[in-house]
Amino acid sequence: MTELVIQAHNLSKQFGTLKAVDNISLKVEKGNIYGFLGPNGCGKSTTIRVLTGLLTPTTGQVEVLGLAIPRQADALRLRIGYMTQKFSLYEDLTVEENLFFMGQIYGLAGTELKARCLEQIDTYGLHALQKQMVGGMSGGEKQRLSLACATINKPELLFLDEPTSAVDPENRRDFWEKLFDLSEQGTTILVTTHYMDEAERCHRLAIMESGAIRADGSPDELMQKMGVNIVEVKTSGLRSLKSKLIANEQVRSAAQLGVRLRVLVYEQIPNPIDWLKSQYPELHNAELTQARPTLEDVFVSVTGDSRE
Amino acid sequence: MISFARIRAVMFKEVKQLARDRLTFAMIVMIPLIQLTLFGYAINTDVRHIPVALVDQSHNQTGRLLLETVRATQIVNFTKTFDTPKAAKAAIGTGEVRAVLVIPHDINQRLAQQRALAHWLVDGTDSVIGGAISGLQNMPFTLDPKSANAGQTLLDANNTFEVALYYNPSRRTAVNIVPGLLAVILSMTMVLFTSIAIVRERERGNLELLITTPVRPLELMIAKIVPYIFVGLIQVVIVLGLGYLMFDVPIHGKPHEILLGSLLFISASLALGLLISTLARSQLQAMQMTLFVLLPSILLSGFMFPYEGMPVAAQWIAEALPATHFMRIIRGLVLRSAELSSLWQDSLWLGAFTLFGVFFAARRFTKTLD
Repeated sequence: MTELVIQAHNLSKQFGTLKAVDNISLKVEKGNIYGFLGPNGCGKSTTIRVLTGLLTPTTGQVEVLGLAIPRQADALRLRIGYMTQKFSLYEDLTVEENLFFMGQIYGLAGTELKARCLEQIDTYGLHALQKQMVGGMSGGEKQRLSLACATINKPELLFLDEPTSAVDPENRRDFWEKLFDLSEQGTTILVTTHYMDEAERCHRLAIMESGAIRADGSPDELMQKMGVNIVEVKTSGLRSLKSKLIANEQVRSAAQLGVRLRVLVYEQIPNPIDWLKSQYPELHNAELTQARPTLEDVFVSVTGDSRE
Repeated sequence: MISFARIRAVMFKEVKQLARDRLTFAMIVMIPLIQLTLFGYAINTDVRHIPVALVDQSHNQTGRLLLETVRATQIVNFTKTFDTPKAAKAAIGTGEVRAVLVIPHDINQRLAQQRALAHWLVDGTDSVIGGAISGLQNMPFTLDPKSANAGQTLLDANNTFEVALYYNPSRRTAVNIVPGLLAVILSMTMVLFTSIAIVRERERGNLELLITTPVRPLELMIAKIVPYIFVGLIQVVIVLGLGYLMFDVPIHGKPHEILLGSLLFISASLALGLLISTLARSQLQAMQMTLFVLLPSILLSGFMFPYEGMPVAAQWIAEALPATHFMRIIRGLVLRSAELSSLWQDSLWLGAFTLFGVFFAARRFTKTLD
């Protein structure tokens, strides 16, 4: 059996009357990139904060890197890296100064510190920015610096809280390249996101909503066991068709993508294209094709208001 | 066109926000309350019960009668007795007493010759105190209490006392104000700098990252204080230097003792600021809280009004403020060339305040977001 880096059992965190995290259990294997996918306010950040010992769980047990959290949080801090959702380095210091500061906080000194900072500057392409004040840098640049600082202590486990929310798609791709490099070197990464393309890159994924995990597994597994067939309908009058379709009990959901309507029909219907045509006569001349499921379909089918 | 509906909307929103911002609301009530009680009640320039010492060399009836007459004015309180004027003068230097009444052995002879009967040796650094005791100079005195009521005095032409003002014979207020101003300026800047120190990290989001690192609360607190100690020492040199050059304020004490005394106060103020910083939720709140400390530091520390003139309750508050203790130390060192060791109580208090302040700030600063 593979080594478990994070184990949480029946974890809950309550703020007043609000249950931010509601009885979740979680296992993360070493070397994995584990994703939390969910809308804003679903408890992703709270879960990360409980796992890092920043918040005390209301109930439940947490073990991270073999340490009981929050009791042994001090020992954990030396072995993890953490990238906050909001940029949290010093804007009135330069790139180099921020790296040096974080290195010193983690106990590096002298030539070792210098070498490690240079290494990080190299790895994350910060050469040209070395002496620049952080305040004036772009979102992508700040994020590279954040990752460089979060990994300066060569953490075994890296927590990333919506790391790419302020970054353009190209920088996002580069960023994930770096994450895969880290993962290959044996770093376990726990990342939260609300981007589907990002979630698809994770080894394993937990879909969160209202503080609970609705589904988890690898992206492929999740798509396979979704229990719906997908039909794309190309026709006119999509808005009215959509409202008719979602009223049907056999239709999980319908979402418009430009000129097409993506319809999720439950698996009980053996031939969804014929079934749709027979149910809705106006679709006789429409173009209906069966489509491959995407993570977005998974997300829609496990969350949302139509869920029982 | 001005819309009254819009004005009203903004107005009501403003009132609601004001009522919900408890600290600002407290300031609205507390500042006039504090100001009024301090200025109107606690602050009394008509000073009474000044602690003084007695050196009675006469040991006779006239001497005792003179002492009783002085006591009856209630302006002074005899808290100590010394055998020689020299020992009594030393007590002025350390700040134990503000003045000494020396009743000479030839008092009866002086009475007969219509000369001044006795001497006052007065600490002239605080001109209000100096003025109050100088006011005794023409105190009516008679051997027969009944005739005093009739307005007959034995000494009508001359003064009853000879008054010698030490340390500030020309009674210039600058002499007293400049070292006092040092205490006020240091409280203002030191408390303000550190009160913002932690809240700023919280507001800018740096704190969330910082608390996931191995940094310990005590480490953070000490690191936040030390840089400002140097800032404070620079201010000491500026204020005392300018006081000496521009206002001719004499600097009698030893430089290293002045720096050491200042260091104690700077540390205590920084610790106080740090404590505020762990309590405040925003930089604005930190500044508001600083004001709460600053106000009594200016009014009650003895900077504006003599400590002796305040009622007991105000003196208690004053005792809790680091500025009061530093006011005594710095005036003692700079003006009366006292030794820091003779002011050990105030020094010890500042030292202890610093340690407790840093300790409690570190305790209050938990590395969680709960």
